[in-house]
Amino acid sequence: MRKFLAGGVAALALMTAGIAQAEPVKIGVITTLSGGGAGLGVDMRDAFQLAIKQSGNSEIELVVEDDAQKPELAVQIAEKMIQSDKVDLMTGIIWSNLAMAVVPNAVAQDVIYLSPNAGPSALAGANCHPNYFNVAYQNDNFHEAMGEYDNKDYKKTFILAPNYPAGKDALTGFKRYYKGELAGEVYTQVGQTDYAAEIAEIRASGADSVYFFLPGGMGIAFMKQYAQSGVAIPVTGPGFSFSQDVLPAIGDAALGVKNSGTWAKDLDNPANKAFVEAFQKEYNRLPSIYAAQSWDTANLILSAIGKASVKDKDAFRAALKEADFASVRGKFKFNTNNHPIQDIYVTEVVKEGDVLTNKIIATAFTDHGDAYADKCSM
Amino acid sequence: MSLALLIEQFLNGLQLGVMLFLIAAGLTLIFGVMGLINLAHGSLYMVGAFACATVAAATGSFWLGLVASLAAAAAAGALMEVAIIRRLYARDHLDQVLATFALILIFSEGTRWLFGSFPLYLDIPPLLQGAVALPGGGQYPLYRLAIIGVGVIVAIGLYLLIGRTRLGMRIRAGESDREMIAALGIDIRSLYTIVFAFGAALAGLAGALVGALQSVQVGMGEPALILAFVVIVIGGIGSIKGALIGAILVGLVDTMGRFLLPKALALMMPATQAGPVGAALASMLIYIVMALILAFRPSGLFSART
Repeated sequence: MRKFLAGGVAALALMTAGIAQAEPVKIGVITTLSGGGAGLGVDMRDAFQLAIKQSGNSEIELVVEDDAQKPELAVQIAEKMIQSDKVDLMTGIIWSNLAMAVVPNAVAQDVIYLSPNAGPSALAGANCHPNYFNVAYQNDNFHEAMGEYDNKDYKKTFILAPNYPAGKDALTGFKRYYKGELAGEVYTQVGQTDYAAEIAEIRASGADSVYFFLPGGMGIAFMKQYAQSGVAIPVTGPGFSFSQDVLPAIGDAALGVKNSGTWAKDLDNPANKAFVEAFQKEYNRLPSIYAAQSWDTANLILSAIGKASVKDKDAFRAALKEADFASVRGKFKFNTNNHPIQDIYVTEVVKEGDVLTNKIIATAFTDHGDAYADKCSM
Repeated sequence: MSLALLIEQFLNGLQLGVMLFLIAAGLTLIFGVMGLINLAHGSLYMVGAFACATVAAATGSFWLGLVASLAAAAAAGALMEVAIIRRLYARDHLDQVLATFALILIFSEGTRWLFGSFPLYLDIPPLLQGAVALPGGGQYPLYRLAIIGVGVIVAIGLYLLIGRTRLGMRIRAGESDREMIAALGIDIRSLYTIVFAFGAALAGLAGALVGALQSVQVGMGEPALILAFVVIVIGGIGSIKGALIGAILVGLVDTMGRFLLPKALALMMPATQAGPVGAALASMLIYIVMALILAFRPSGLFSART
């Protein structure tokens, strides 16, 4: 009898343990951890890992791989993650050309992909997909905001971006709202580090301002060379050109520059305060916008895991779409094309003590969606 | 299009060429003397930039940083030669490529481990800040002019070193017949180490000079290395003179292509298309030039080995 009882208790204990235990979820993270774009990917990965760690959910397994900012490598990693690691969800890609190479194929194999950064226009319109969620922005958004804001101060702008999907989206977005004249429109190489030829053209163009989208090391190189060139035309840009990962390397040349973004570390909401504090404590540096978007992506996933099983794709997609999580950006909801509707701010680079950082000075758009949602038939 | 803009773009091309020459000179010297393909040359360039940024941040002096970049790159080069490269001279080029590619990974990860993934801050020294007036009403950054100056000094210095000194004589002898020079009692092993360290120091100098202009970060060496290889292939592998001419040709073609191609295409198609198409074509231009030169002169313009 005693034996029987003990066995029964043990069986019961096992059963309850089975209920209390969360189901295992495997998330594939493909991001840029080496080369010139590594700063962005490292911030993305660190914030994601920290959010998962803080959740205390030990059943979530991360498979993190470095794409070296190479599309062909990203495709190989994605295939490996889907075929042999059998991941339930994928995320992490920073660059739009890599997202274009990976995402359509992954979502077609019924893997849910959540973008923590890249938002190419080609995936937002007619080619939108129920398995593709963009937690960051549609590529045009930040540039639309700055185009709108620049109408106030400038009449003749010289615009500049790298020659890849996000660069083209950037200038398209800027032009959609900017009403002034264009003094010039130049596309540079991705990863270019010397901008002498472009700066010479800016000097000769008679522009009253320069708008440039150059994320990562490209922006550092451009700003340093621009500051030395003797050209005094003011610059503006999207937040990517002046985010926390590049500001220390640009130095004082960035002071006072206005740029656009959905997030800044002084954004006043409890989720953001907790995030900035936790990130600084863990990694001893200020988070960038890439870290913020990645943090939101992780928390969105955690919120959906709490509501539905990741094996039940329909229920899980519905749970994701509710966007029931505390975003560090304050307001956040999904549009019909699974891209965000959110506020976009204008920030200015300021110095706090010795540290360069961004401070919100205006709101460019409230509840802003994107220009492609109408073409999405979801 | 004004004269001032043309002059400025010409100087930009020249400056890019000079920068490439500093990297390519060491690469071609090492290939010419030892017959070694060193893919890790770009890592030595990165070592120079990081040494300069670290010392400049610690002492506040760019000039001390510059000295440190020469010393650090030369030391890293010498160490690399003695520990690893020395074992590769007798092996074929595939082994050399594999081993030096492994060195790239080791240098990159080592640097990431020490300094992290985020770019370091390195600014131009106060003495060279700002721009100077050009004839025709333009302006040009003083620092870029200084880089052109450094390139000219290095080119003249190399010419004198190779043509007029005992060390240069040994280097030339080593290029043409290494068994004979060893038989004549020259310590070929230490000669190789010296040449390797010297080539590394040139790469380190280039890294420090470029670091102040661009961003100091892990992986900065590989794009520069690819261009340096284009330069030495065009110039003729092993020839310093070829490296100089090839570098300036690549610098001018690249800069002028980026500047003029979108403008030329805008005459034929709408401006919104001309921009991206011109940019795409411009990025191919130097490789097209390389292919054309190789079609007519398969061993490059001034090949040292015929």
